[in-house]
Amino acid sequence: MERNLHKQLGNMKKSLFDQGYLDEQFIQLEELQDEANPNFVEEVVTLYYRDSARLIQNIEQTLENNPLDFAKLDNYMHQFKGSSCSIGAKKLKNECTQFREHCKTGNGDGCKRTFQQLKKEYAALKKKLEHYFQVP
Amino acid sequence: MDSQTVKPMLVSLSNAYWKSGDGISDQFPVGLRVLVVDDDTTCLKILDSMLKKCGYEVTQKSDAESALDLLRKNKNGYDIVISDVHMPDMDGFKLLEHIGHEMDLPVIMMSADDSKDVVLKGVNHGACDYLIKPISIEALMNIWQHVVRKRKQELKEKDFEGSGISEDGEQQQKSPENFDYSSSANEANYKNLKKRKDEEDEEERDDTSTLKKPRVVWSTDLHQQFVNAVHQLGIEKAVPKKILELMNVPGLTRENVASHLQKFRLYLKRASQHQSGHNNAFMGPQEASFGPISSINGLNLHALTTTGQIPAQSLAIFQAAALGRPTTTSVPIVDQRNIFSFGTPKLTSGDDQQQPNNNIEQMNLFHRIPSSMEPKQLATLNPFAQSSGGMNMQVDSPAQMGQPQRMTQVFHDINGGSHVSCLASSVGQPNLLQVIPSGVHGPSYSSVSQPSTPPGDSFTLMSNSGLSTLTSKGMLQEEVNSEMKGSRGFVSNYVVCGGLGNSPNTIQLVNSSLADNALRIKNERLADMDFQNNPFPGQFSEEDLISALLKQPEDFGLVENEFNFDGYHPNNLPL
Repeated sequence: MERNLHKQLGNMKKSLFDQGYLDEQFIQLEELQDEANPNFVEEVVTLYYRDSARLIQNIEQTLENNPLDFAKLDNYMHQFKGSSCSIGAKKLKNECTQFREHCKTGNGDGCKRTFQQLKKEYAALKKKLEHYFQVP
Repeated sequence: MDSQTVKPMLVSLSNAYWKSGDGISDQFPVGLRVLVVDDDTTCLKILDSMLKKCGYEVTQKSDAESALDLLRKNKNGYDIVISDVHMPDMDGFKLLEHIGHEMDLPVIMMSADDSKDVVLKGVNHGACDYLIKPISIEALMNIWQHVVRKRKQELKEKDFEGSGISEDGEQQQKSPENFDYSSSANEANYKNLKKRKDEEDEEERDDTSTLKKPRVVWSTDLHQQFVNAVHQLGIEKAVPKKILELMNVPGLTRENVASHLQKFRLYLKRASQHQSGHNNAFMGPQEASFGPISSINGLNLHALTTTGQIPAQSLAIFQAAALGRPTTTSVPIVDQRNIFSFGTPKLTSGDDQQQPNNNIEQMNLFHRIPSSMEPKQLATLNPFAQSSGGMNMQVDSPAQMGQPQRMTQVFHDINGGSHVSCLASSVGQPNLLQVIPSGVHGPSYSSVSQPSTPPGDSFTLMSNSGLSTLTSKGMLQEEVNSEMKGSRGFVSNYVVCGGLGNSPNTIQLVNSSLADNALRIKNERLADMDFQNNPFPGQFSEEDLISALLKQPEDFGLVENEFNFDGYHPNNLPL
């Protein structure tokens, strides 16, 4: 029974990695987990989603301004990128980079498009991770 | 994560080094007190966990102001600070400046931003390192080195500053490898030094500004530029302002240059004071008209260091030689020889593993070995060369050499034709150093053992010393290539080994145990030998080279008393 669960977990994790949702930074986090910190990864991810939710909101609001304040957007996105890469969220990190490129070139549409994509990825990852942590 | 294996190694370093008021950690670097500043709580949490896993003591702050506040209230409470670059209340660089100014702690910057200009900004503001997020635990495991380095630099600067570097002070500067952190004597010394440093700090400042500038590390390249600039201007005319302009290094101030120049001059002076009359019958025909030694770059200490093949003495000697004495100083060649003799004792002191070789005197680097010099053993001469692919090994025993030696001569084709031969002898044996660069202008002369003169304009330098350290070719190849400048003068005097393929002027010494700046600086200096100004025409720059080498830059001390051989220690030279 337990073996099955482990296997399940292993499979999930593998798919997360294979699909590029997570990268090796995530493994670094897992290595920090030990008896003293049994739920470390989950705690970190929870913290991440809590903090970044605020950021996402800010970005969304700023994207509604006219004209767009690229400097501000870039700033937010930089923070978001920092957090995301810290937990090993690979796809998100790439979206952030792309978003910042658009900011640099003043491409408002590009920003908005990328941001939509980013939100999707963000939500998808959240679900997957929740699922992942639910496996005992 | 190998924090478990890391710990035991680190535990051996003593608390003496960490003494900062009350908090002495017995298990350095375990217990290193880190302050982490980041507005991102996720990152903060991760860093906290990682640092703890490394065995460090962690304090978290999520904004710069409170971090600064904490540091002010508890000046000696932290060993190192890690700070994010982008923070809402204060720019990370500003925090960096404040900390450098007020507390002088090493600060590591971090950011998800990896663009070069941001990293450069960090460097310019005095950050001792810059980490790119996401940060791995491996990156954090080694941060303690910055603390040690900083302390060492402080000790060195302090020791080096000003006129009299006392014996005591210099003792302190023994090669890092031998620095016995756990001895209480060192502890006391450290305290002394620290005190002196504090007192001397004032003097050290050239400028009137109160802002403490981030310490400039005089890397090999930087020093090379400096030496080039000085050379270009001429030692008499080399004023900091002009040097600074010539160097054109962003972020370098006139004060940095001035202080470095002062040290440089001091060493040159000291080196020249060590000369005693040693007659050197070498190189008669040698013309002093060698071009700027800039090509001496060959002395690539870095490379050498890596291959670890240079015996300390050799290095010292080379460096001295390479430094090529400032043009204005007229140093009798003979005198310069003595520098070697001074050098060796120190070099070999404490050298358990190597045969007592000290006679640098014997080191006839560059030419016929004067009969007055007895072949002495240079400690730790490594047979070098085997690693150099292109080198031919020849064993050439000069008549005088009574002892069986393992000499290897390396002939290297430089610039399509010059030969550089390096003789390396086994430890403790006199060594003939032969450099036969071709394409070097100037007469060629034979060494003591009267080897056949090299064809063409090459000349041979024979030396007793076991300056064999020609580095392994592979390693130095690139460096040689890049560094060889084809200046003639220098080359002739140096053993050029390893990776020579490009210009005759490269000398490479390898000494893995040579730790640091000292070597680099020396390297630079070598490159800058200016033969043209050799006041003793016919006496070739070897003397110059020797003396140049022996003129230690700030942290290089050949002579036991006078020089501080920091950076490497004969004991540690790989044999």
